[in-house]
Amino acid sequence: MYPRQFDYVAPSSLDEALAALDANPGAKVLAGGMSLLPMMKMRLLSPDMVVDIGRIGGLGDITDNGDSISIGALVTHSEVAASGLVQDHGAALATAASWTGDRQVRNRGTCCGSMVHADVAADQPVAALALGATMVAASSGGTREIAAADFFVDTLMSALEPGEILTEMRIPKVGAGTGSAYDKLGRRGGHTDYAVAGVAASVTRSNGSVSAATVAVTGVGSRPVLAAGVADALVGSDGSDAAVEAAAAHATAGIDVLEDLYGSVAYKTHLAQVFTARAVKAALAAAG
Amino acid sequence: MSSTSVLGGVVRRREDPALIQGGGRYTDDVKLAGTAHVAFVRSPFAHADVLSVDTSAAEAMDGVLAVYTAADVEHLGSLVAQVPVGALRPLLNNGTVKHVGEAVAMVVAEDPYVARDAADAVDVDYDALAAVVDLKHSLSDEMLVHEDMESNTLISWTGPFGADADALAAVKAGIDEQKSRDDVVVVSQEMINQRLIPVPIEPRSVMADYQVGYGRFDVYSSTQIPSALAGAIGKYFGMALNQVTVKAMEVGGGFGCKLNVYNDEVLVAFASKQLGCPVKWTETRREAANSTIQGRGWIATATMTGTTDGEILGFELDGIADMGAYSQNFTVAIPFLGVFVGSGQYSFPTHWKMDCVTTHTMTTDAYRGAGRPEAAYYLERVLDMYARKIGVDPAEVRRKNYISASEFPGAVSPMGFPMDTGDYETNLDAALESAGWSGLLAERDAARAEGRHVGVGIATYVEVCGFGPSGLVDLGFSWAEYQMPSAFNGSSLVRVHPDGSATVSIGTGPSGQGHQTTWAQIVGDGLGMDVDRIRVIHGDTEEAPPSIGTFGSRSAAVDGSACYEATQKVQAKAARIAAHLLEASEDDIEFADGGAHVAGTDSSVGWDEIAKAAYQPHVLPEGMEGGLEAHAIFSPGNATWPFGTHIAMVEVDADTGDVRLLRYIGMDDCGNVISPMIVDGQIHGGIAQGVGQAMFEDAVYDMDGNLLSASLVDYILPTAVDLPSFELGRTVTPTDINPLGVKGIGEAGTIGAAQTVVNAVVDALESLGVTHIDMPLRPQRVWQAIQDAQA
Amino acid sequence: MKVSMSVNGRQVSGEAEPRTLLVHFLRENLGLTGTHVGCESSYCGACTISLDGQAVLSCTMLAAQADGADITTVEGLARNGELHPVQEGFWERHGLQCGFCTPGMIMSAVTLLEENDNPSEEEIRRGIEGNLCRCTGYHNIVRAIEYAGAKMRGEEPAPAEWENA
Repeated sequence: MYPRQFDYVAPSSLDEALAALDANPGAKVLAGGMSLLPMMKMRLLSPDMVVDIGRIGGLGDITDNGDSISIGALVTHSEVAASGLVQDHGAALATAASWTGDRQVRNRGTCCGSMVHADVAADQPVAALALGATMVAASSGGTREIAAADFFVDTLMSALEPGEILTEMRIPKVGAGTGSAYDKLGRRGGHTDYAVAGVAASVTRSNGSVSAATVAVTGVGSRPVLAAGVADALVGSDGSDAAVEAAAAHATAGIDVLEDLYGSVAYKTHLAQVFTARAVKAALAAAG
Repeated sequence: MSSTSVLGGVVRRREDPALIQGGGRYTDDVKLAGTAHVAFVRSPFAHADVLSVDTSAAEAMDGVLAVYTAADVEHLGSLVAQVPVGALRPLLNNGTVKHVGEAVAMVVAEDPYVARDAADAVDVDYDALAAVVDLKHSLSDEMLVHEDMESNTLISWTGPFGADADALAAVKAGIDEQKSRDDVVVVSQEMINQRLIPVPIEPRSVMADYQVGYGRFDVYSSTQIPSALAGAIGKYFGMALNQVTVKAMEVGGGFGCKLNVYNDEVLVAFASKQLGCPVKWTETRREAANSTIQGRGWIATATMTGTTDGEILGFELDGIADMGAYSQNFTVAIPFLGVFVGSGQYSFPTHWKMDCVTTHTMTTDAYRGAGRPEAAYYLERVLDMYARKIGVDPAEVRRKNYISASEFPGAVSPMGFPMDTGDYETNLDAALESAGWSGLLAERDAARAEGRHVGVGIATYVEVCGFGPSGLVDLGFSWAEYQMPSAFNGSSLVRVHPDGSATVSIGTGPSGQGHQTTWAQIVGDGLGMDVDRIRVIHGDTEEAPPSIGTFGSRSAAVDGSACYEATQKVQAKAARIAAHLLEASEDDIEFADGGAHVAGTDSSVGWDEIAKAAYQPHVLPEGMEGGLEAHAIFSPGNATWPFGTHIAMVEVDADTGDVRLLRYIGMDDCGNVISPMIVDGQIHGGIAQGVGQAMFEDAVYDMDGNLLSASLVDYILPTAVDLPSFELGRTVTPTDINPLGVKGIGEAGTIGAAQTVVNAVVDALESLGVTHIDMPLRPQRVWQAIQDAQA
Repeated sequence: MKVSMSVNGRQVSGEAEPRTLLVHFLRENLGLTGTHVGCESSYCGACTISLDGQAVLSCTMLAAQADGADITTVEGLARNGELHPVQEGFWERHGLQCGFCTPGMIMSAVTLLEENDNPSEEEIRRGIEGNLCRCTGYHNIVRAIEYAGAKMRGEEPAPAEWENA
């Protein structure tokens, strides 16, 4: 309940925040704090310094870049869930955000924070994978872009380097014929709490067949991960229920499925297939 | 009761204005100048020798006032248990620790953050040992939990109650004899009734204020038993009861887990006395999971023997109950409460045996229902399996085997206990009608025709509560060491003040049950006085007469009856005064509308005038003493036996195992109802905890004795989205063992709910071949049961 | 470090360590003990307050993060002795028993109704999903919020269930 002592800075500019990180290798970045602070309260994590980026201007917006949407580092789950832009171009992400935590958590927790935390059972990272998101990381040396597919490295480990801050996530805008969806079983049943297994899918239909598909799975392995086998099986198919169900059989191909308190390997493997089928069908329906 | 009775009426709760405005005073809210804060060093091992405890680094930290180890407190002794069987808990343990979370050292500091820092700096060297966690492993005695004890089995409870070995064998032989009949089926199932963590939303908290020079203690505690805690503090520190005041102000839920004197309460008092300042400790949620008592933890085989047309010839239960590492207040007595209701409301022969074993886990004790939900679960689950096997409506099988209403008064259960009142068939019919039973089954069948897995479950229960006869001490339920000569009386003091207002003080203290309102209703009803003129004092040992506390659904039946009887005494004296003032016959005096009236006339006198006279002896009738107050102790002749019928409708997603609770219907009978609003609220909460056990909650230990579900992340409680609105009704069969005709209702919902939900889920999966699933019915387990049945 | 904020319409400031949680600042520094601590994992919601109009967990925020914020706690709801409709609803519909989750539950309900003054039962249940109650089974909490919603819309609340009995 009581964190250990630490130094605290709340810079008003990104440059100051990056300088603080450079000067303090043991520092942690605090945005919404919904993952960081509980770990600090239980003393599972005790950084020397906390760099609170909450007072930096310009990080709190969802913006339309013409061909993409930017979600700033301080945009909350609530804001993502309620955003018309996100609903139109990344319904899977809007749904995943609306099922993250509870209302209080969604009001403080940030989409970008969820990416950096890289929890094995979080909702939004797989939506980012399915939507082909790009992570924009800033450091004192400049900025770099990281594809979502390269971002989730391992359990609670993203591709961010020490001294970097994820300042925004971009998702490409989509046109007619493309749709996305997210579905899961939560630990409490229904859609509540972390995913026992969850699947995000984005599909594009053209001329009566599936021309593009990206599917990602959460909750089952050591990280949120693309299910390439499902996508391969879908592309070129007619998108019928039979085709989707056949493709869903590949949901955990190449994934080392891990057991936890909420599911055995067999169960998680099965759920990944069930929710792959459900998410892909919903995405196809949204694609029109 | 008077014609203007407020009993049965609805009065908004008097405790609420403070609680809805943030004014409620819970223990952790108390702030005294110079208060120091405690943090405990706890064992991370379930079983380990403590080789050394180095406190030097902690003691050297700024703001640290003291660090205590076992040697500092050994002279105080250990905790005591009401039934002194099993190992007793040391206050601090620097020898061989017996469960994860056992207290090894205590740090006192100026600030709770610093106390935690210092506790982390205490260096303890452990030599970890193998742990006994599994109940069958414990029963085998292959490894002893306590090396100085001969067996891990502490006691075995059997039923019928009072039967010796020969008589028990005869019951068993009688049942066995039926099993070979051609028209008889036998259904048997081993089932787990899993361990639960009570989780009142308020963590336990205690603050002790030893008053230097005055030589007395004020102890504030989030406890259900203030009088017993006062007695305990008196015992440990050699002080008279009149030198110790315990105040349990607002208590944020208890559900049995605050029905213990804990080592932390004694230790905080010790530190306050040593340091001469107020000392406070509030548990964290993870601490609560590992060092506040847990409940349930049974594994047993239930067997039902009956004819193919639904006549049950015998029920048998044989199992093991987990006591944890140490015996605390009621620990080994909890399964004994199951004996009381082992045969439910049925008339068939019952043979019942539970072995109580110790393990390297936190102590178990009373959690809402305490022994009775477990007993009802096994009985009603296997009864349902039997009904399913013979293909008879489960409601009708129950009806066929009830103790008939005509056997009351005087009914004695097959387990050997006299029961007060009961009318089970009327209650069953009311439940079936309220639920629209045949329509519900048709709705289920229509859903099934669409390929959905919808199920309907029913279960009925009888409870025993409202303990109880003060003679229970003779059965061994004594707490004499904590200066409670009889743990089971009710006690109340009613005083009318010179201005005509009244105070009722009562030894129990509520933890959400609305006593502020209920006691005022009882006194107001008896005195014809507006409840706003009545103050209720509870949970304060300085102001109220001693009473053991709030548990076992006993307050209304026992302390409420004491309250009623004290009110009657005051009323009788007031009637004489009023008759004297009005120059009327005492027999014609009635109390209503704020005063006394002469029946059939418009002659009346208000409470202000009656009270004024009462305190002026010269205007009173010749020979009458001044003053207007009375004390009553109530010792009931029996416990009360509420009952009810619960029905649930569920839908299962067979692809994922996800269960949704669609409808929940409760039909409960707790005798007369003082406040329908409060009674229904108790049932709502009780059902939610029963559903919690059925679907979500699980205290999971690994084989090393680590509690894997120690935080609310993994110990899953039902939220608002998991539950439907409940549909409640009631039948009213008053008890004849107390003047109010009330039975208890605090635990009934919990006792009825879990098996109702499991019966419904099994019904939903009937077509897939599922016959049983152990709780909690989380998706994985439900899905696995389907796979196993299909394999 | 010094932190300043508006709490229940009053500007306050005080000294806090960087690690001081907002809930401890409210309870210990400001003496506002209506906001409760029920867990340490951000799951129970007992510490819920309104921060700049949104329901947040005061146990999962540093006091420093709230510097400059506008906070309402349960103590700040009643105005001039008149209860907020949500408080009234909890009283009228028996929406509380032990009362410990109640301040957080009320703050959650207040912010929910500020966002949507006519929520369905499902929306109410979803809206208080982050607030655990162990006493009521949520049944009467839902009725209390329905009562408050009706009051805030200027409508007559549905009668209490026990009034029909």
